[in-house]
Amino acid sequence: MKHMTEEELIAYREGVADQGALISKHLAACEECRTELERIEAVLAALDTLPVPDPGLDYGRRMWREIAPRLAEKPGRWWHVWTEPRRLAAAGLIVALIVAAFVAGRITRPGKTSDNIANKEQVRERVLVVAVGEHLGHSESMLVELSNAAPNDPAQKEVNIATEQRRAEDLLQENRLYRQTALQEGDTGLASVLDELERVLLDVAHSPGQVTPAQLEAIQKKIEGRGILFKVRVVNKELQQRQEATKPAPAQNDATSRERNKV
Amino acid sequence: MNRMQPSVDSTQAIAESDAIAVERTLTGDRDAYRVLVERHSHNVFRLAYRMTGNRHDAEEVVQEAFLRGYQKLGQFVGRSNFGTWVYRIAANYAIDRMRQRQKEEARREEPRTEDRDGMENDPLNRVADGAPTPERLTQSIELRKQMEQALAALSDAERTAFVMRHWEGCGIEEIAEVLKSSSNATKNTVFRAVQKLRRALQPFVETRAQARAMGTES
Repeated sequence: MKHMTEEELIAYREGVADQGALISKHLAACEECRTELERIEAVLAALDTLPVPDPGLDYGRRMWREIAPRLAEKPGRWWHVWTEPRRLAAAGLIVALIVAAFVAGRITRPGKTSDNIANKEQVRERVLVVAVGEHLGHSESMLVELSNAAPNDPAQKEVNIATEQRRAEDLLQENRLYRQTALQEGDTGLASVLDELERVLLDVAHSPGQVTPAQLEAIQKKIEGRGILFKVRVVNKELQQRQEATKPAPAQNDATSRERNKV
Repeated sequence: MNRMQPSVDSTQAIAESDAIAVERTLTGDRDAYRVLVERHSHNVFRLAYRMTGNRHDAEEVVQEAFLRGYQKLGQFVGRSNFGTWVYRIAANYAIDRMRQRQKEEARREEPRTEDRDGMENDPLNRVADGAPTPERLTQSIELRKQMEQALAALSDAERTAFVMRHWEGCGIEEIAEVLKSSSNATKNTVFRAVQKLRRALQPFVETRAQARAMGTES
């Protein structure tokens, strides 16, 4: 008797076999193939026990709250894509980069193409560095406030963190934009820290506005455990250094050249 | 397969109600889209979690899928049903996210902390016949780790094909469309995925089964 191949048995098990009826007939008569199929099924059954976390009964409502502010008035028109706040911010960033690059091109001396390119890149980097630095500063201050939050009196059953939660929601959208931009720019170190920050922001944004002291402590431990405040501070410091390093040369050269031209 | 299979009647009723919500959304009733988001979020989340393997990325995939769905809703009219359509958008975005994540992981110096989402609800850690013995718990945790690693070792296409076929019960044509591949090539991808998972996991699954049979776990 010709036995079924592994490929035929897997296809049969997954319901994509071309000759399902034929395989069924063979399995009814062949113990060896049945055993082989059972071994495949045992692996798949083990995989079926892998859990998927329950996002919660209100997940649909939460999702709507998150995306609703980003939807245009009417769907389906291509230009509407650019009217959502996140895209507008990206568009603003791109326009700023183009204008800055144009201005950089105008003020640099003609004829030195490599200098021009370098200057344009510096300007692009400066715009990103300043924007992300500001974002990290806001994130840091929100996380510090949350880390220091405590019930006013020991008998208090709930602590209000609604302000931090709303700030985290706003910061989350910005963070995603900056992380994607950093990745596009090839700045993987920055993208990596923004990715970690995003996980913390996601946790805070999804917390209830009123938390018990125990829940608050759990959030604070998560922030502390991930060392995110330290990482944010380090990256922000680095960004400031990069900002200094990419600052355009002082106007001294222009003044000197003007003086020279007078002669 | 453990995709919930509603009855034909309820599937049709949902599809009709979805079609009405889509029409209303297209006429400018933004709240009609809310119905669609609230109805399909859980299913899209489950798909996204199984594809990406972590909650953080899964939530981003769900958000992006519904945003893209809204932006492209004009292209949807007259095609399949909304649930299937948004599913496909999510699967496509999840593939992009997995690729992006792999690049990030490759560049990151320190190994990524394992995502423990759902550990507390892990059925492998729950024992029907009494409290887990340390041996049983160790074996369960080890098997779960092996399963996560085996899934992570699949290529993006293999993981997508496996998740969509085995767990979500999607048709081969639907998966082929996401993978931009032919039906035969997609069937082959499903086969390769199961074969790789089998090679990686069979020894662990059989050791566990033998231990149970010999009663060393009870």
